[in-house]
Amino acid sequence: MEIDMQHISKAFGPNVVLKDVNFSVKGGEVHALMGENGAGKSTMMNILTGLLEPNGGSIKVDGKETHFASALEAEQHGISFIHQEMNNFGEMPILDNMFLNKEIKTRFGFIDNVKMKAIAQESLAKLDVKLDLNQPIGNLSVGQQQMIEIAKSLMTDAKIIIMDEPTAALTENEIGKLFDVIKSLKAQGVGIIYISHRMEELFEISDRVTVMRDGLTINTYNTKETNVKQIVHDMVGRDMGDFYPDRHPKFGKVMLETNKLTREGVFKDISFSVRSGEILAFSGLMGAGRTEVMRAIFGIDKLDSGTITVNGKQVKISNPSDAIKDNIGFLTEDRKSEGLILDDSIADNIDLPSIEGFVKHGMIDRKADRDFVNLLMKRLTVKANSAEDEAGSLSGGNQQKVVLAKWVGSGSQVLILDEPTRGVDVGAKREIYDLMNELTDRGTAIIMVSSDLDEVLGFSDNIAVLYEGKLMGVVPTATATQESVMTLATGGEN
Amino acid sequence: MDNQTETKRHFSFGDFYSKLGPLVALIVLIVLVSILNFSFLDPLNLLNLLRQVSINALIAFGMEFVILTGGIDLSVGSILALSGAFTAQLVLMGVPSFIAFLIGMVTGGIFGALNGVLIAYGKAAPFIATLATQTIFRGATYVFTKGNPITGAKMSNNFGFQFFGQGYLFGIPFPVYIMVLFYILAFILLHRTTFGRKTYALGGNPRAAFVAGVKNNKMIIWIYTLAGFLSAVAGMILTSRLASAQPDAGVAYEMDAIAAVVLGGTSLAGGKGKMFGTLIGALIIGVLNNGMNLLGISSFYQQIVKGIVILVAVLLDRKQAKA
Repeated sequence: MEIDMQHISKAFGPNVVLKDVNFSVKGGEVHALMGENGAGKSTMMNILTGLLEPNGGSIKVDGKETHFASALEAEQHGISFIHQEMNNFGEMPILDNMFLNKEIKTRFGFIDNVKMKAIAQESLAKLDVKLDLNQPIGNLSVGQQQMIEIAKSLMTDAKIIIMDEPTAALTENEIGKLFDVIKSLKAQGVGIIYISHRMEELFEISDRVTVMRDGLTINTYNTKETNVKQIVHDMVGRDMGDFYPDRHPKFGKVMLETNKLTREGVFKDISFSVRSGEILAFSGLMGAGRTEVMRAIFGIDKLDSGTITVNGKQVKISNPSDAIKDNIGFLTEDRKSEGLILDDSIADNIDLPSIEGFVKHGMIDRKADRDFVNLLMKRLTVKANSAEDEAGSLSGGNQQKVVLAKWVGSGSQVLILDEPTRGVDVGAKREIYDLMNELTDRGTAIIMVSSDLDEVLGFSDNIAVLYEGKLMGVVPTATATQESVMTLATGGEN
Repeated sequence: MDNQTETKRHFSFGDFYSKLGPLVALIVLIVLVSILNFSFLDPLNLLNLLRQVSINALIAFGMEFVILTGGIDLSVGSILALSGAFTAQLVLMGVPSFIAFLIGMVTGGIFGALNGVLIAYGKAAPFIATLATQTIFRGATYVFTKGNPITGAKMSNNFGFQFFGQGYLFGIPFPVYIMVLFYILAFILLHRTTFGRKTYALGGNPRAAFVAGVKNNKMIIWIYTLAGFLSAVAGMILTSRLASAQPDAGVAYEMDAIAAVVLGGTSLAGGKGKMFGTLIGALIIGVLNNGMNLLGISSFYQQIVKGIVILVAVLLDRKQAKA
């Protein structure tokens, strides 16, 4: 089978995701698809498998213009999609999950478990997986579930298999098995579209590689004729405007220092420090463990080992309340679920971490509290009719300012900002950067976790790069390039 | 009423109900009952009504905190019975009434704390956890009382013991003072202290509250402790008034308390509600009970009417949540 996608375009409302993308794959080859988060890889694959409707372009299967109306139809034509995020029903047995909506029935209309089990086991045997198929799938590790997902696609008579980050959760051993299977599928004439962030895999397994960026195909190479440097350059090579305010940092003493922070299976031996007046950016790909490290520092998740020193004093942080007492603030990645109480007023959100400071004779001093809130709202230019408005009624940018006001107000000397400008419009973005400048001028140490590489390079002093739970290095922003950061973030040598 | 509210700006009825509705409903109800039976307004009847209300109101004040966190406490009636039985036994053993009452209230708090621990650290759903403890505490009451009322001369001839539930001060039943005292305390705790603010935060978004430094588990334990404590205070009044501890005292009292909270405009989803509303809610139920008795409505029909009133309040709450 041969698939040829030409000039594919796609927009969600005013948001153009794919501008003009060409991609093809034929039986017997592994074609890798590379690109940063948001480059449009998943959208492309969703269009191919009928989950999304393209706005323009053509899809040819064996030279014939084709259009799949649904994922099921694509599957019936021999295109199988192994999703990165698995949609399993944890309480249901493995077998039932594997045959969900595709149950085989006996002639009396009952489910034919014997036959289903035989088919499933044959497919799992190819991957060297031996499991009791009657146990709930939720018992399995993410890696094992991923193997089940792969086995599911082998059960179908797939001619083309799309694998989206198939190895993200697998062990070395499992990856080896998977690669053996891929090789044997290749030999049988099956075509594979392989999406991965891992450079080394790409060179081990793929025949061709296509790099996407910002909804465009940048280049397609024969894997043998290219190298890591070329691909990284293609992935990130865009110009940066002067969108970011200048940094004129004056570093003071070390405000926060971590020593070998470890949370088993999530991150390991994370040691870094951030000084007064510094913006330390944390970069890395999705799932590298950036947010997880911050959550552990702030006491939301437990650390297995390691120590944290704040302002020269070793501290024990077992919950956010401890962290706040040590003058740490944490703007979480997910504003709606962890940053704000949407039904509560702006004022009640802003003063929550500082509320103990307004107690007079056992009661809250309402006037002092409201003065404090109004001052912060003015300072952070929160646009609202009154401090009593519900936080949920504000725009994304203003909501983010409310969360910032909360942590500025609590007197944070170390401020952890996890994706501070995500989902925020351009104007508010600039205001947030200006505020960060103002805070560091006053001596606050800021840790900024960001998936936006432009932002990391455009508005930080040093960059810490994580890859699979390990700190690959801390580089000064002045000498860092998109390529050097990306190389670290994909596990390459610098 | 509808026309006035609907025409003003964006005033939805649900919105209106949550702010002033309970009070308006109470006034309408009082006017209605007074017209139908004039003896309702007899001061003696009103004082009697307030005394009847005091028990449910005390439980409802605690329930208000619990429901604000998005939880529920079904064990309040059983805690009332068990702590009442303890106190009665202590009085029979010769312990001074005042001390016996204090011990009873503290044990109620301890039972409540147990609920809190199950919910906070056991991660048990409040409904199930307190359903289980409701049965356990009730069973313990039966075991403790051997199924018979605890009573004796030391209770029935004991002025100090009886004054708590039966006494009058300046012509007003003593339980009414207790209700007012605890209303003021609960009001201050909820609306004027950080404890109250954290209660709202916990109910509004527990994860955001935690990140903002609220110790969720600790708060939950304290809130259920408070609910248990206030149930026990109500238990003291009931035991004193009857001059005996009944093994089946307080059965289904959780329903009236929950109804008072909901009628008072507090959202069962948590995070929204006022102590004043709960006081009004308790009064609505009191007037409803008292009024229907005066009107000679059979107790079978009374149940249906009360159910319908609660249902209407819940539907209004849903409407408000959607708007």
